[in-house]
Amino acid sequence: MNLNVHDWYKKKNYGEILFSYEGSISTDSINSVLSSIEEKLYETKVKVTIIKKVFNIVIESLQNLYHHIDDAPEDENKMDKRFGIFVLSKTENSFKISSGNFLKVEKKKLLKDRMDQVNSLDKIERKNLYKYVLGNEEYTDKGGGGLGLIDIARRTGNKLEYNFHDYNKDYFFFSLDIKLSIDN
Amino acid sequence: MEQISLIGTPKTPSIKFDAKLGLVEIKGRSIPENSIEFYNPLIDWLDRYAKNPQDETNVNIQLEYFNTSSSKCILDVFKKLESIFNNGKSVCINWHYEEDDEDMLEAGDDYQSIIKIPFKMIEIEI
Repeated sequence: MNLNVHDWYKKKNYGEILFSYEGSISTDSINSVLSSIEEKLYETKVKVTIIKKVFNIVIESLQNLYHHIDDAPEDENKMDKRFGIFVLSKTENSFKISSGNFLKVEKKKLLKDRMDQVNSLDKIERKNLYKYVLGNEEYTDKGGGGLGLIDIARRTGNKLEYNFHDYNKDYFFFSLDIKLSIDN
Repeated sequence: MEQISLIGTPKTPSIKFDAKLGLVEIKGRSIPENSIEFYNPLIDWLDRYAKNPQDETNVNIQLEYFNTSSSKCILDVFKKLESIFNNGKSVCINWHYEEDDEDMLEAGDDYQSIIKIPFKMIEIEI
């Protein structure tokens, strides 16, 4: 059964939504999303160190989308070519950053291995992995450092919650939920 | 050698590279999608500066935010400075972090463990 991305997006809208975006992920849309989110974060009156953590994770998640997104399938859902979803929500004691995007099925295994690897590490192992990837000479072909997920996991101290939703034979929809405790 | 002086933008830091003063300064936000494009001219400048550096080079890094795409570029900046240091010149990296910003302090600590130049961690009040 196909996932209806619009329904998925609606389901994400629970709790207090500080910001949500659905559409093309481009430099321009990222700029405007970042500036709105920063403003919203300061309105929450949460302490600045937490706001900075959240904003850092927001930057990294959006740019992960930017660098790794695959063009959306052309079908009845009529999505923008570089379609992505981004939702920032807040409960009394945590923030949640959710993102979703399409990927080609052949990327599934590599991504799953990557996510599970990051999730299996403790704090010190994450720091060591970060330093190892930082210090090696390679850049990924997207110009990113291959550090995004590790960086996010280090900042939250939580496991990254993810799901692969089957879409069609060529694509799956990747959703990622990042939770950050406010008393972090 | 020409100076580099750039005003910061919402996604790129302000830059002050001055060969006469032996000053390398990066301040503000470094969160562009394509950091390599932004940092390449700076790395080139450091390559040229490294050929005839001052006896003492002062490096001030004061970042509010930087993304992982920038983190490798910043390491490249430090590697150029490390080659100056390895040639017997004095280089000091002043790593500024805002009060209670443990993530930024830890980021400095990560670099310090990779680069063999003395780091000075400076907490700034906000």
